[in-house]
Amino acid sequence: MSDNRAVSVRSLTRRFGTNTVLNALDLELEPGSFTALLGRSGSGKSTLLRTLAGLDPAPADAEIRVPASVAVAFQEPRLLPWKKVWQNVTIGLPGSGAKARAERALAEVGLNRHTEAWPATLSGGEAQRTALARALVREPRLLLLDEPFAALDALTRIRMHALVLDLWRVHTPTTLIVTHDVDEAVLLADRVLVLDAGRIAADIPVEMPRPRSHGDSRFVALRRRLLSELGVEAEVIREAA
Amino acid sequence: MSEHALGARGALASPEPIRARLPRVNLSQYRRFISPLVIVLLWQAASMAGLISPRTLAAPTTILASAWELVLSGELPRHLLVSLGRVASGLAIGVTTGAALALVAGLSRLGEEVVDAPMQMLRTLPFLALVPLFILWFGIGETPKIALVALGSAFPVYLTLFAGIRGVDPKLMEAGKVFGLDRRGLVRHVVLPAALPSGLVGLRYALGSAWLSLVIAEQINATAGIGFLINDARDFLRTDVIVVGLLVYALLGLSADALVRAFERRALAWRPSLVKG
Ligand SMILES: Nc1ncnc2c1ncn2[C@@H]1O[C@H](COP(=O)(O)OP(=O)(O)O)[C@@H](O)[C@H]1O
Ligand SMILES: [Mg+2]
Repeated sequence: MSDNRAVSVRSLTRRFGTNTVLNALDLELEPGSFTALLGRSGSGKSTLLRTLAGLDPAPADAEIRVPASVAVAFQEPRLLPWKKVWQNVTIGLPGSGAKARAERALAEVGLNRHTEAWPATLSGGEAQRTALARALVREPRLLLLDEPFAALDALTRIRMHALVLDLWRVHTPTTLIVTHDVDEAVLLADRVLVLDAGRIAADIPVEMPRPRSHGDSRFVALRRRLLSELGVEAEVIREAA
Repeated sequence: MSEHALGARGALASPEPIRARLPRVNLSQYRRFISPLVIVLLWQAASMAGLISPRTLAAPTTILASAWELVLSGELPRHLLVSLGRVASGLAIGVTTGAALALVAGLSRLGEEVVDAPMQMLRTLPFLALVPLFILWFGIGETPKIALVALGSAFPVYLTLFAGIRGVDPKLMEAGKVFGLDRRGLVRHVVLPAALPSGLVGLRYALGSAWLSLVIAEQINATAGIGFLINDARDFLRTDVIVVGLLVYALLGLSADALVRAFERRALAWRPSLVKG
């Protein structure tokens, strides 16, 4: 890559019928950065992520550059139920030594005792950690997470937040997490993007040392700003406060 | 998760031994055999009292004695082997053909257009009605018998496997793709395992259908096989031998089903019901 952008998207337009979901969208991500993508339901977050993952064909007039190794974790773990946990982690990996790599990745996410288990026996959090191990074992330079914790209970989600940050620090992939949870975005990311009307409507750096706390005044201010970017009425915020 | 399992076991720990000690539990397992046993005893009593003529239905003890004789004389094993051979060849051909057609139709659009429409039309035909045509085409030797078994077993396998292949969760396909599986890898690691449970249900239907086809096929001028044994016994009014033949058919059907179930337990060990149950 000639410049130092890990991800570079120029004038990406995506339509479904008459519904223009992404409208000449531009996006750039620094290598090793942790970015959160916020947006209302149906605003096109998953569509953007799927295009970056290569799951949807890129429109011919758009310019999209991503690293060679991209890994994804979806909202549902999407494990193959007929493969043991470690086999799910190594799916699509060539060569010998794959099992040892899977075991190391599973140990990293705290699942070393479940390598031989069937996915059906895992809890929601364990299944999602397996999905993270499956993404990480590929040493991706770009890690795409599409609302990976939305289906988990609050306590499990807190643990997963810590885990994702740990993994990001160790492996330093450029990370893009899609979420509709403002707190999650502020807690995790260096930079928060808001997707609206098919474009990046707001691009806000998060300059707070980690670990971050909900009580921090900067946290509260940023949270309020993002909520208003998302079009949540001021009265609702005041009532909730 | 493990804490939860421990908690559940802890809660059950006290009532379980108590329940195990009660004899009532064991009795109820055998209770369902009582009424068939009573019927057989009544049947025996009626036969001994001369209420049921041996020409209508032989007594249970006579049937047992005949069965034993047929086994010792080697006659039953010989006919059994002939029938088993027919079912095995017919099933091998039928299951292979059904599975191959399902793969062709399930894995490609063109294949579906070519294969599925005629298959869906043919399956509405009661295949046993083809017996007269089969006799004209294949004569009265082994071929029409095996062909009938093959035909009867091909359709259930085709229909269930095709449905299984088409019912694969697209989200799993997408996950397979994004983690680097090519088309062959997707078929091998995602499509086929996903379609296997449904295909095995089809195999069980196929077995049932195969026995039925065998019974009909063995009415076609057979000179050996369980069906021949039954037809021959009819000519000599040997109701005892006829019942022995029927029992053998029943046992064969049951053991084939048990075989597939055992295979299912191994091949589908990952299924939630089997994992947790
Ligand atoms: N394959 C598709 N066909 C038609 N419409 C789609 C398709 N995928 C997404 N959409 C539409 O695009 C819009 C954005 O969807 P999505 O990217 O999933 O939103 P988000 O992830 O932000 O909730 C929605 O209105 C959705 O209905
Ligand atoms: Mg989405």
